[in-house]
Amino acid sequence: MAGRAITITSGKGGVGKTTVTANLAVALALLGRRVTAIDTDIGLRNLDIIMGMESRIIYDIVDVVEGQCHLLQALIRDKRLPNLHLLPAAQTSDKTALSREDMIAICQELKADNDFVLIDSPAGIEHGFQNALAGADEAIIVTTPEVSAVRSADRIIGLIEMNGKGPGRLIINRIKPAMVRRGDMLDTYDVIEFLAIELLGVIPEDEAVIVSANKGVPLAFEQSTQASQAFHNIARRILGETVPFMPIIEERGGLLNRLRSLFRFP
Amino acid sequence: MDIFSRLFGRSKTSKAIAKERLRLVLIHDRSGIPPELLNVIKNEIITVISKHVRVEREGIQIRLSHTQGHTRLEADIPIISYRQAPIGSPLRTTPKTEAQR
Repeated sequence: MAGRAITITSGKGGVGKTTVTANLAVALALLGRRVTAIDTDIGLRNLDIIMGMESRIIYDIVDVVEGQCHLLQALIRDKRLPNLHLLPAAQTSDKTALSREDMIAICQELKADNDFVLIDSPAGIEHGFQNALAGADEAIIVTTPEVSAVRSADRIIGLIEMNGKGPGRLIINRIKPAMVRRGDMLDTYDVIEFLAIELLGVIPEDEAVIVSANKGVPLAFEQSTQASQAFHNIARRILGETVPFMPIIEERGGLLNRLRSLFRFP
Repeated sequence: MDIFSRLFGRSKTSKAIAKERLRLVLIHDRSGIPPELLNVIKNEIITVISKHVRVEREGIQIRLSHTQGHTRLEADIPIISYRQAPIGSPLRTTPKTEAQR
């Protein structure tokens, strides 16, 4: 049975697309699923370093489309999880080295041997984003509770719908409970109200994300922190499980049930 | 200090400001109508309406709203008095104060 290809995108840069992609890939792989993550940020690859695979790259996605190697040769297997692979972006080519047709073909081939193909999209709404979306069956939109990120997310959601891949599901990243309490940050409810798409998860701001990036070991390998737990919860929701949202949402009475009702899962 | 001014309603929380700004910017983004075009439309509407009735310019409000996937242009135009339309004008009826699209 063919797997699902999911693009992780945001419009705005710096909201945590790559971190989310790496951690969801690890979390899904830890749940026993076969996962390949694709970095489509040609010229600015980063998923390799977040996943701790940067020193083992021989071929990249552009080598694959140019016929320099077979797809399987370009895949890097995770040292801890044999069912987790990365297809790295090219660091030196320019973004036009890849076409929508290339992406569709690569995703099709990877879906045959994986349960999940996670596509890390570059920022922006141009060529790179269109490529990242081309081979996807569905989309996850990452935003932070900031005006600029929410505005970009709204635009991206519109573009995803125009491409017939909508409406996509939302991850709100880097929420700071203390700022929300002070009235200095949009809360989950506010963001959902603006964007009007299904909520897949909320990830609290967590310094451990930077520590894990330093080490090249995604946070999801351990379940010790709140952010790590959030990634595992999201992975289980992707698999169709109904997982309660973390307390940050429960602070507002009645909201949890409203958010739950957004899910179509049994 | 900040919290006191908030308690006495002297200043909004930054979240409230963020929500209001987002609300406006998303309406313009989604409709594709830039804020400046709204001013142009407003002036042209005033010109047309003023041919037939006297309007209170200061009280005119023209805004976009976005509900359930539909963008609408709302115009609230206070009328001071009904001016007799010029002889020969086909428009002898009182225009509605709220024009919607």
